[in-house]
Amino acid sequence: MKKRRNKTGKSKDSKKQSVRQHVPVAEEQGSDVIFSRPQSLTDVENHYCAGCGHGIIHRLICETIDEFGIREKVIGIAPVGCAVLAYDYWGFDVAEAAHGRTPAVATGIKRVRPENIVFTYQGDGDLAAIGTAEIVHAANRGENITVIFVNNGVYGMTGGQMAPTTLAGQRTTTTLSGRSLRREGYPIKMLEMLAVLPGTKYLERVSVHSAQEVLRAKRAIKKAFKMQIDNKGFSIVEVLSMCPTYWNMTPIQAADRIKNEVATFYPLGVIKSC
Amino acid sequence: MSYKALMCGNEACGEGAVLAGCRFYAGYPITPQNELTAYMAKRMNETGGIFIQAESELAAISMVFGAAAAGFRAMTSSSSPGISLKQEGISYLVGCELPCVIVNMQRGGPGLGNIAPSQADYFQAVKGGGHGDYKLIVLAPSSAQEFLEYTYLAFDLADKYRNPAFILGDGLLGQMMEPLNLNLKAPVTNLPKPWSLTGCRGRKPNIIRSLLLGEGVLEEHNKRLQEKFRRMKDTEVRAETFNLKDSDIVLVAYGSVARIAKASMGMARAKGLKVGLLRPITLWPFPDKVIEEISGRVKKFLVVEMSAGQMVEDVRLAVNGKAEVDFYGRMGGSIPTEDEIFERIEALI
Amino acid sequence: MAKVKINKDRCKGCYLCIVNCPNGLIKVSTEMNAKGVKPVFFSGGKCTGCAMCAMICPECIIEIHK
Repeated sequence: MKKRRNKTGKSKDSKKQSVRQHVPVAEEQGSDVIFSRPQSLTDVENHYCAGCGHGIIHRLICETIDEFGIREKVIGIAPVGCAVLAYDYWGFDVAEAAHGRTPAVATGIKRVRPENIVFTYQGDGDLAAIGTAEIVHAANRGENITVIFVNNGVYGMTGGQMAPTTLAGQRTTTTLSGRSLRREGYPIKMLEMLAVLPGTKYLERVSVHSAQEVLRAKRAIKKAFKMQIDNKGFSIVEVLSMCPTYWNMTPIQAADRIKNEVATFYPLGVIKSC
Repeated sequence: MSYKALMCGNEACGEGAVLAGCRFYAGYPITPQNELTAYMAKRMNETGGIFIQAESELAAISMVFGAAAAGFRAMTSSSSPGISLKQEGISYLVGCELPCVIVNMQRGGPGLGNIAPSQADYFQAVKGGGHGDYKLIVLAPSSAQEFLEYTYLAFDLADKYRNPAFILGDGLLGQMMEPLNLNLKAPVTNLPKPWSLTGCRGRKPNIIRSLLLGEGVLEEHNKRLQEKFRRMKDTEVRAETFNLKDSDIVLVAYGSVARIAKASMGMARAKGLKVGLLRPITLWPFPDKVIEEISGRVKKFLVVEMSAGQMVEDVRLAVNGKAEVDFYGRMGGSIPTEDEIFERIEALI
Repeated sequence: MAKVKINKDRCKGCYLCIVNCPNGLIKVSTEMNAKGVKPVFFSGGKCTGCAMCAMICPECIIEIHK
């Protein structure tokens, strides 16, 4: 029985969670549906690789939006990266952004339309490389937005190059003999860095490598959107995600890699919650 | 505010934006346009608008992108090096067909340069410092009053064409104080923007994007943009002319240099020399038809710029070999005097 | 016993559902779909309706009914 500790030292007993209460029910009471596609998730085949985490995370966001009934208020900002075409899968208003500037675009939109729910969806290049200034300052200003940070430790869209979150020793197309800490520096822990800023109110790291973790991820994403709905300030959920293609693994192996390796360096749990 | 005021060009530009209904400004401090950023901080607070001192010029242009996507009149400003940073964002704004206003108070370059006035960003503004096939309407005011009026106009033009509009000034005009008449007509701020991101209640979701991967789709998009630019060219040319009907030599200059050149023209006329002046107000679309019309009978054009010669290339294109085109310029933040220009005119006779 | 519906034509063969089903009720088909992938199928048996398979499916092609 795995215990998860959040920053206050309280442990979460995973066995106590009732699976059924978190399962989304798309239709009204009295129907026989236990699980189906959320309405906000466009019913088209996505372009992601088999076993990629994006499909799961897109769905969790759409479930959240449906459950809060905010589809007509939501404005999403899509990144540059594998999820650049995310708006093809989402049934609400979306803007693109220049690479890394996603939080700046979100700031512009949320400041002029504070009654709308504005979220960014960013990969590890968008948020932790080219966009480090923008995420730090949007967080520091305490913008009342929700950031979903997909961390799969590699640049997928462009062919598997090193990301700021690539692990030591990990082979990528730009670290052919494995990431060298001396030459390439250490993987960056963005959430731990951002937690230092008083403007950040809720930061949690989750994963989608198993159905149990997907449930936790859903809860965190829901909480992050609720923070914005309640005007409580800046929240960010980092989601460890599989990239079977550029980890050179099968999807099941990739899921295991998160459990056994990635989550060891990037620990799951609440980093900060105000 | 009373309708007469004494303001520097930077502040006049800001007031023009406020009068046009601009309610979002994001910028980053850089000399010589800091007065504009500070003025917008003050006026956005007073009018219930949004002012953000962004972490960089990169962030500021993307914040404007967001506010524009959400349907608001938005502006950013900077000076040469900061405008370089904005180029990617400008390309995105055009590709996504978003209206906004961008102001460049030019300074000496290249690189960090100095904080003195310059006109060496003409190519960047007019030929496109950003990537891709695009045009911006580029307005070149030459006084504080014109900063007020042309910034005000820029918002209407931006909304009219769903394209960014650009104000190309320089540090001299930005910091020079002049009296202003603030009595401008009310702006059209309630232009419907059904394409903007407001939340998809009662309609299909809107997507603001410039990524078009389908076969032939991006080419079609570019054709529509080019058609838009053609309409701008046909409709929005603005220029001021002096003595073109009986000139042997025509000076061509814009912004602060045009005012100096006008004095030189006066000196020349006082000596009986037939000198005229063409002052483009829109640098794009360029008043090439005006030049084409007079190229047959004018003997020489003398283009004067605070640069190594950028607008002179557009003059040469328009003259198309029918007359001589000469150039006089000062670089690196130095300002030509009316005497220097007059001497050059005399040398050309 | 819950009912499981899987759209085999959109299955990309990641097989995450298989390892997430606590009762091993999802299996790999012997035939390929149009993608050239062997999709999964629900092999019958006592499905508790926990929906773990649906939760992990990146394609959102599994539906669970009571």
